Order: sequence, then C-alpha cells, then structure tokens
Amino acid sequence: MILPALFFYLFATICVASAVMVIVSRNPVHSVLYLILAFVNASGLFILMGAEFLGMMLIVVYVGAVAVLFLFVIMMLDVDFVELREGFIQYLPIGIVIGGIFMFELLMVVGAWVINPSVTKTITAAIPTNVSNTEALGLVLYTKYIHYFQLAGMVLLVAMIGAIVLTLRHKANVKRQNINVQNARTPEMAMALRKVASGQGLQDADAAEWVK
Amino acid sequence: MTIGLGHYLAVAAILFTLGILGIFLNRKNIIIILMSIELILLSVNINLVAFSTFLGDIVGQVFALLVLTVAAAEAAIGLAVLVVYFRNRGSIAVEDVNLMKG
Repeated sequence: MILPALFFYLFATICVASAVMVIVSRNPVHSVLYLILAFVNASGLFILMGAEFLGMMLIVVYVGAVAVLFLFVIMMLDVDFVELREGFIQYLPIGIVIGGIFMFELLMVVGAWVINPSVTKTITAAIPTNVSNTEALGLVLYTKYIHYFQLAGMVLLVAMIGAIVLTLRHKANVKRQNINVQNARTPEMAMALRKVASGQGLQDADAAEWVK
Repeated sequence: MTIGLGHYLAVAAILFTLGILGIFLNRKNIIIILMSIELILLSVNINLVAFSTFLGDIVGQVFALLVLTVAAAEAAIGLAVLVVYFRNRGSIAVEDVNLMKG
C-alpha cells in the first residue's frame, strides 16, 4: 500500500521539478532535456494509474518525436538565446501573480470537489477487468470511436504535409536530375559531327546550335 | 496515505500553472513558449487519464490519445513555422513578429 504512494510522490515531485526547470533554464537544450524528464515521469504517473498504453505512448510520441524535433530545431537555428532571455526578471512579478491566481483557483476546484453520484452510473464504456489496458483501449477505439481515430489520422497527415510544404524550398541554382529529358535524348541531340577544314581549326559556325 | 484522484488533479494543476507561468516568463523565446504549451497539454492529459481510471470509464483514455495526436501535430507545425520564419527574418524574437501590423 505504501509503495504506490511512494512512487506517486517520486514521479510527481520529479515531474513538477523538471517542469520548473523547463521554464527557468538558461539554455533551451537543457529545457528540452528537462521536458523529456517531465514526460518520462508523467508516463510513470500514467502507469501508476493503470493506463499503461498511454504511458508508453507518451514516451514514444513525446520523447521519440516531439522532443527530438525540438532539439533539431534548436540546434539548427543560429539564435542568440541570451538575448532572448532579457526581460525574464521584468515579467517575473506579473507571471507569478497570474500563475498564483490560476493555481489558487485550480486548487480551490480540486479541494472543494465531489463526484456527482449519478456520474458513476452513466459510464460510457466501462474498463473491462479481464483484459489488458491496451486491449481494452483497442476494443473501443476501433469500434465506437473509429471516426475520431480516423480524424486523428487526418490531423497527423495534414500536419505532416503542412510541415513539409512550409519548410520545402526550391533553390534555382541547384542542378537536379530530369529523367524524362534524359530518356528523350537521342544521338542527334547529344553530338554533332563537323567537317573541320584542315589548317583553319574550329570556326564559330562549327559550334552546335545548343552550345551557342 | 492512499493516493486518490485529488492527488493526480493537484499535480495536473501545478503543471498547468507552470505552463502558464512559462509563457509569461519567456515572452521573447518562442521555443520555450511551445514547450510550455506541451506542458499544458500534458497536464490536460493527466486530468483525462486520472478521471478515466478513477471513474472506471475508458473513454477518457481514448480522448487523451487524441489530445496526444493533436499535441504532436501542433508541435510539428509550430516548429515548421518557426524554421520558415527564422529563414525569412533571421530572428525568432516574439516582438519582431509584426509583419502584418499594417
């Protein structure tokens, strides 16, 4: 009984501490690494709650994709991050005031909160007890929520195409292979035979038309 | 000592607040702002999963999965816009983003 509580406090503490480090870190690379730590610990919280599949998904999607994307972008952009940190102290009071109000309101909600007894009777899809979490999720995701699932796929597709279109750029001075032109080339187009008069060398008139 | 729903909601609330605070503190650095948005989405996910498991309703986890998808798509698009912006302007400072001010 005490072990889950211990692990909860461990994961929660590290998660919150690394979230703090994400927003106060001087170096954005450190911020990303702390973000990874926060996500790994949140995934631990998920597993403690019994949502193993989502816990693993969090690691795969966030650590494997999003955080690496962040790292790539930070290292690719040549930005003076020290300059971007100016005004940190200046914004600190207003940030703390607004954050404090937010925190106060949220904790008020969490503290003074009870479950309406009718909520537990109107469960949409109860968690089956005899199958694993992954299977239970799949049983509703691919049947009842198939349209949401496909919409999520469309969102990812649009995001992928959008990101590619945004960052693709055509440089005019880069030579590219044009296979159609290569295949359509005939010996007549590739070379020209000229009778060079002896003792006079090549004349301008001897140049092929595509050289001019 | 037993860990209930309130504990997880408190963690989510703290993470949410830290995300908001991060947006305020790093007003010039859009990369940290994007990371703060990721933190906020994570706290929303913790809320969804906590309610899902404590009420015994799996739909919350389905929606957490969808939020995860949207968060990943948002990060990809946001960073792509950031890269394009840096290419055009040579800076990513938020206060320089006033091209459309008129």
